[in-house]
Amino acid sequence: MGTGRTKRVHFSKIYSFQCGRRRYDDDGSQIGGPGFSRVVYCNETGGVSEGGQSYYADNYMRSTKYTPMSFFPKSLFEQFRRVANFFFLVTAILSFTELAPYSAVSAVLPLIVVIAASMVKEGIEDWQRKQQDHEVNNRKVKVHRGGGVFESRQWKKLKVGDIVKVEKDEFFPADLLLLSSSYEDAICYVETMNLDGETNLKLKQSLEATSTINDDSSFSNFKAAVKCEDPNASLYTFVGTMEFQGQQYPLSPQQLLLRGSKLRNTDYIYGAVIFTGHDTKVIQNSTEPPSKRSGIERRMDSVIYFMFFIMFLTAFLGSVYFGIVTKNDLDGDRQKRWYLAPDRSDIYFDPNRAPIAAIYHFLTDLLLYSYLIPISLYVSIEVVKVLQTIFINNDIHMYYEEADKPAHARTSNLTEELGQINTILSDKTGTLTCNSMEFIKCSIAGTAYGRGVTEVEKAMAKRMGSPLIVNGRDKYFDDDDNDPSLSVKGYNFEDERITNGYWIHEPHSDVIQKFFRLLAICHTAIPDVDEETGKVTYEAESPDEAAFVIAARELGFEFYKRTQTTVSFVELDPVSKKRVERTYELLNVLEFNSARKRMSVIVKDEDGKLLLLSKGADSVMFARLAKNGREFEENTKKHVNQYADAGLRTLILAYREVTDKEYEAFNEKFTEAKNSVSADRDDLIDEATAEIEKDLILLGATAVEDKLQKGVPECIDKLAQAGIKIWVLTGDKMETAINIGFSCSLLREGMKQITIILESPEIIAAEKEGDENVIAKISKESVKKQILAGKAQLSASTSEAFALIIDGKSLAYALRDSIKNTFLELAVGCASVICCRSSPKQKALVTRLVKEGTGKTTLAIGDGANDVGMLQEADIGIGISGVEGMQAVMSSDIAIAQFRFLERLLLVHGHWCYRRISSMICYFFYKNIVFGTTIFLYEAYASFSGQAAYNDWYLSLYNVFFTSLPAIALGVFDQDVSARFCLKFPLLYQEGVQNTLFRWRRIFGWMLNGLASSVIIFFLCIRALDPEAYNKNGKTAGLEVVGTTIYTCVVWVVNCQMALAVNYFTLIQHIFIWGGIILWYLFLLGYGAMPATISTTAYKVFVETLAPAPSYWFVTLFASIAALIPYFCYNAVQMRFFPAYHGMIQWIRHEGNCEDPEYVQMVRQRSIRTTTVGYTARSIARDNTLSHLNLERQPPK
Amino acid sequence: MDASTRTKSRSKKPQYSRFTQQELPAWKPILTPKWIITSFVIIAILFTPAGLLCLWASERVVEIIDRYDDDCLPDSYSTDPDSFIQSNNTNKTCVRTLKVPRKMTAPIFIYYQLDNFYQNHRRYVKSRSDKQLRDPDEADETEDCKPINGNDDGPIVPCGLVAWSLFNDTYKFFKGNKAIDIDKKDIAWESDKKYKFGSNVYPKNFQNWELIGGGALDESKPLSEQEDLIVWMKTAALPTFRKLYGKINTDLEANETITVVIQNNYNTYVFGGEKKVALSTANWIGGKNDFFGISFLTIGGVCFFVAINFILLYVLKPRPLGDPSYLSWNRNQGAQ
Repeated sequence: MGTGRTKRVHFSKIYSFQCGRRRYDDDGSQIGGPGFSRVVYCNETGGVSEGGQSYYADNYMRSTKYTPMSFFPKSLFEQFRRVANFFFLVTAILSFTELAPYSAVSAVLPLIVVIAASMVKEGIEDWQRKQQDHEVNNRKVKVHRGGGVFESRQWKKLKVGDIVKVEKDEFFPADLLLLSSSYEDAICYVETMNLDGETNLKLKQSLEATSTINDDSSFSNFKAAVKCEDPNASLYTFVGTMEFQGQQYPLSPQQLLLRGSKLRNTDYIYGAVIFTGHDTKVIQNSTEPPSKRSGIERRMDSVIYFMFFIMFLTAFLGSVYFGIVTKNDLDGDRQKRWYLAPDRSDIYFDPNRAPIAAIYHFLTDLLLYSYLIPISLYVSIEVVKVLQTIFINNDIHMYYEEADKPAHARTSNLTEELGQINTILSDKTGTLTCNSMEFIKCSIAGTAYGRGVTEVEKAMAKRMGSPLIVNGRDKYFDDDDNDPSLSVKGYNFEDERITNGYWIHEPHSDVIQKFFRLLAICHTAIPDVDEETGKVTYEAESPDEAAFVIAARELGFEFYKRTQTTVSFVELDPVSKKRVERTYELLNVLEFNSARKRMSVIVKDEDGKLLLLSKGADSVMFARLAKNGREFEENTKKHVNQYADAGLRTLILAYREVTDKEYEAFNEKFTEAKNSVSADRDDLIDEATAEIEKDLILLGATAVEDKLQKGVPECIDKLAQAGIKIWVLTGDKMETAINIGFSCSLLREGMKQITIILESPEIIAAEKEGDENVIAKISKESVKKQILAGKAQLSASTSEAFALIIDGKSLAYALRDSIKNTFLELAVGCASVICCRSSPKQKALVTRLVKEGTGKTTLAIGDGANDVGMLQEADIGIGISGVEGMQAVMSSDIAIAQFRFLERLLLVHGHWCYRRISSMICYFFYKNIVFGTTIFLYEAYASFSGQAAYNDWYLSLYNVFFTSLPAIALGVFDQDVSARFCLKFPLLYQEGVQNTLFRWRRIFGWMLNGLASSVIIFFLCIRALDPEAYNKNGKTAGLEVVGTTIYTCVVWVVNCQMALAVNYFTLIQHIFIWGGIILWYLFLLGYGAMPATISTTAYKVFVETLAPAPSYWFVTLFASIAALIPYFCYNAVQMRFFPAYHGMIQWIRHEGNCEDPEYVQMVRQRSIRTTTVGYTARSIARDNTLSHLNLERQPPK
Repeated sequence: MDASTRTKSRSKKPQYSRFTQQELPAWKPILTPKWIITSFVIIAILFTPAGLLCLWASERVVEIIDRYDDDCLPDSYSTDPDSFIQSNNTNKTCVRTLKVPRKMTAPIFIYYQLDNFYQNHRRYVKSRSDKQLRDPDEADETEDCKPINGNDDGPIVPCGLVAWSLFNDTYKFFKGNKAIDIDKKDIAWESDKKYKFGSNVYPKNFQNWELIGGGALDESKPLSEQEDLIVWMKTAALPTFRKLYGKINTDLEANETITVVIQNNYNTYVFGGEKKVALSTANWIGGKNDFFGISFLTIGGVCFFVAINFILLYVLKPRPLGDPSYLSWNRNQGAQ
């Protein structure tokens, strides 16, 4: 508990206004009505009164799809929802009837294997979810056992009405009613990042009535009854009353602590459990994650439908022919094919009822031609994807050492989609940036200080391989900048003129002193002094704020104590050169908000002088300077512009002295404004503060780096070279978003910015009026006009690169049905798109717009709960698991720890997976067409009677045994080019974006190849074996000999085709490909050796008949080779004369890089579309600017 | 477990292995001109002699084929073959003479060949009972044999359409007036005789049905010795097929004339089939079959031709770089 009581301060009073959310008007009348029936008796086990009339859900959380009971029926049902599986189920059932051309067992077994494999996979995945649930459900929390004693209990055992004690940095186990906390005024801070993605801490406060019950023992006699609303999904509302000591108290969201949020900055709280388990708001609020299917699979489905069509067509033609032939068998009384006894036929072959026989026969044919449909395709794809995700999870290059986090693919069904991303929609905070601010530069009294280097400058320097010149000093950069002196989080300031107290020798040392004092005083951070080491850490509302206080501390102005009315810090006295403690009296805090864009404090210093210290955005601060306070204005402005260009966030610092009289006037007005309850309360406050925040004297400016994650500029550059578009969707304000755009090279100077905002005077006027309809109308018109103007600009110029920047308000109108397509056209035409101030819903809407409007594959990447909608809407959602919030990760498809891993994830794994899956699917169709066509062709020689040339078990094991393993090996292991080359030639990625490997042309090409192979095999075999004797004993070939020979050829051809198509042979490929062939011979031996009852026509067929006959081996040899020649020729020509992109890279690899650097260069640059974003483009653009100085410089914003 | 190993095991860092990092040593062949030309040339070089060898072997086989179904139909019945073949009173004996073109060395195989006879029809193929053929105790297993499964006298052995339609033309061969012995032994597969047709299963009730199909069987001989039946019941793959009738174990000299006395019993007229008798020798390649040789030579020739073409292409265009304008994304771009 440590310092708990010593730190007792009524922090709620620091917030002079806007303290938390405004309380909801108590609507006591609803209590007890419909929807408000919940009654919780606190501190009574079960929360149920003596009568026990109600029972509430326990706190057990279940996220699994199945229970042990429902697993079988439910997962079976899931399996048979697939058209192909359902079809095979029907065929399996039909195979038990007389219709079946083969035995039932042989038809059912592969289906069982396939379904069982899928179900095992489902089961394993669900088991893993269960493990996760188990972990959450068994977390411990302290629960009141009675008599003032608290004991540890598992979360799942928590009951409604229990009193729990939650300690600092713990998650709330359920929705709790805050009763009291370690603070006297019973406030607590919670972090709701998991719920809404906001990183700042929220303040909650209990009812005053219960705030005094704040130690364990006082709960022994605590009794209260809470009546409140039923469980619902709304996170921001809560209506209820509490009956306590005979009094009724209204409850508001202010007292509700939601599951999923975390206690921060407060030692402990006591709370009563109100909603448990699935009743909690966060669970009620969660939606079923949408199941996503990849584009490839959708197309594969259409291929399967096409195959179904072919199958039905052949079956139809076959049965028509069969019907005619059957009818002809009986000509009056005259039997033609008498050996079939047509006059005594059963219904299936009855010439008198030929049409019905033909209809039955149609079903038989369907059963027979079902071998055109690869039964094992779905399960193979599933297996392959699981293995692919294992590779992704195990990639050592995507492991983040600091956080000990490897990449984690949470769903396995989207791996190939990673190779087809057209647009990336990225969150900013926590995704592109670390969400940690670093104080890096400052400008004081017109002098720029700070030699830090930003991430983007590093990236450019590294690329150009030249020493970076910063402030006239040369500096080399290497990868590991592990300088221990820089290891202070939030601080990256380096300037020997100021650090270590040297500032006192600077010309304007008095200004410098004021500057840092201001940083040490003007904030709302709370210090936390470690009693052992004396080190001070800070809890701040925003990372910016923390960075300022830390910077002040590092430079010798150490803020260490805050009381309700004072701020204390230690500073270096320039005269005595000693560290002295100073305590300023804190009079007022004028809070930051987005309209004011500044924050101020009014303090009384130790001499009794009243000071107003203010910091704010340059757009508002420069206008508020006094005439005599503009001494450094020009220089400061220059520096601020430079900082903004370097991607830094800037704030202007200024102060003024306030006379007592002035202050009293202000304080009166301000207090009055604060206490007013009218609707224009905020306006009154603004007015009051504006009056005192004027005539300021400029001190300088700060520059904070919203630190980009490591490697972000490089990654974005690579992705841009790969032709992937990157959109940034952020909740941040426009300036910040633009700064980040610059720092990660999505924006650069010389790029035309099209900005769409709603700040024209008429709109502002309309907003003042407050008529919603008018505002909407004017805004819409304005947005439309701006979009059209942007489009006109876009079409007027082809050479320039454009950037679109739009804010949330405008976005709301731009996303309306009538103009959203125009907006999309504009956005697609721009090289970079930045949407700022966008709400989570807008992020999702933009994602949907891109996804549906362009029809291309989109990827969303984000880390916060506010990105959840976007992640679920996009084709693929990537969660950044670097920071604490897990909400984004939980709703993502793949989680990575750092943005930079996206490069490898997409360019390497994405490309490979795409290639593997698409090749594998093509191959599957190929092999089944080869097989199915031989069956069909044989039918033509058996008067379409439905007789297969093959033994039943040959038929059923074809897909499962002899041909699937090599295909799976292809799907798991194939690499067209190595990872190194994937990264070296990012344009290779376009193969996936353009879907060159799974175009209809390629699919049909493979099908045609299958058809050709099949025809060649079939006719060579039957012509070679019939009707003459085929061995030296004069024996002729019967059905089993011909069938087995054709089958042998098919197995050979299909496996060798695989060997030809693959250009990456590891031992595994060899084993599977040649193993498939060997397996076939082993099967022939084994199956043939079984008793004739089992092996029927295959009995000893190999040992006795085939193996001793040279003709069998000859046929195998020439039929196989003949069937492979067409593909081989095609491939040879294509590879040599029209290589695809990967083919070119293979040539480069094969011939050695150095042989022809020109060619390498040509291949690398091989795109008509030049990249427009990324630092490569930036440095090219800059070179151009240097050489053509006529290019207009983008006016700094 | 000491502290260091515990921390190591707790780290989620993926273990490095060449397998998990997908860096297994791999052979990455690429279709270079050398590869392509070499493989085509090798195929050509291998296939040409193989083709010649097969042709030579096939050439050495002597084969005599004689179609007799039309010629053995008396002129008076030529418009109504049905009544001729179905009648019990017509004389079905037919005499054919064959000339031996080249010397045929023993063993000479005698075949009958049927055309347009769908032994591979599903109804036909299924209409048998393997159990019944193998085991006398399972004579009642005739479910699959319908409609030829049994009558009032009990189950038919062997049942089913296949057995019922047993080929029953007979051939006798004469050299001059001297009959040539026909060896009917070992015309069926050993495994069939041993395992599929029982040595203690005797025909019962056979051809005792209301309809007489084909040939009858000697009820005193077990099925395993009824080699004609065994051969017949090994269903053919295609509607044109040959089956072994017997063997002649004496050489036939060139230009000798052989007389064949045929009992023309089997009805192929009704479904438009053909009947042929064939005499053939056989060697390692089987019967007379030029197709092997032709195939080998054709494929070899095609490969040779392709190889030449590739060589020419590479000579004419020694280093044709892939033209990147073929890349689809550039093409799309250009089209816009």
